Amino acid sequence: METMSKLGELSIALLILIGALFCALSAFGLIRLPDVYLRSHAATKSATLGVLCVLAGVFLYFMFFLDQVSVKLLLGIAFVFVTSPIAGHLNGRAAYRQGVPLWDKSVRDDLQSALTEETQTGTQTLRPPPNEPESK
Amino acid sequence: MIDHLLTASLAVLSLAVLGCLYRLLKGPSMADRIASLDAIGINLLAVVAVLCLLFRTQAYIDTILVIGILTFIGTTAFARYIERGVVLEDGDDEQAR
Repeated sequence: METMSKLGELSIALLILIGALFCALSAFGLIRLPDVYLRSHAATKSATLGVLCVLAGVFLYFMFFLDQVSVKLLLGIAFVFVTSPIAGHLNGRAAYRQGVPLWDKSVRDDLQSALTEETQTGTQTLRPPPNEPESK
Repeated sequence: MIDHLLTASLAVLSLAVLGCLYRLLKGPSMADRIASLDAIGINLLAVVAVLCLLFRTQAYIDTILVIGILTFIGTTAFARYIERGVVLEDGDDEQAR
């Protein structure tokens, strides 16, 4: 029984350490990647995964070793899991609308063609009318 | 044993915060700084969680929720500020025509 609890503690601490390493990996990507969009990719995804690992480890430790089920910690896990991609998406869209240039080795830009099509058909209509004969 | 591992993960998390701080100071565009501020907030959340576990207390878990909410609202507000500034200029041009 003693060794079982030691093993449980060790595995939970390893989970937390792995989460911290994911956070450090995301910081490394934030430093090294060449573009706003790539950096935002690194910062959003791996930081979310790392923080989820850390929070899950803390929750498991409180549940198994201190006999406290922390609903607030579960709420924090769900909140980070939901809001971090939204924040990354908003930030990337704001960067594109602001005109931050892409990396010069980027090969594909779908938003560019969509935005020019929207401005050609006019910004008064929210979406371009489908199969309109006058627009051709 | 677990305390040593937790201290090591605290050190790794503070290294991550330092890396984000480099991007925050150096970042060429505003969106870089916003993304790194978001990453710093999320790393701070993990630091508070590890501190809760080191002290074996639940007293700081509210801090996790508050930091998460403030980070999200701050990132959203900054991004909307950048984007809506541009959109408002476009609207003014439309009215001027």
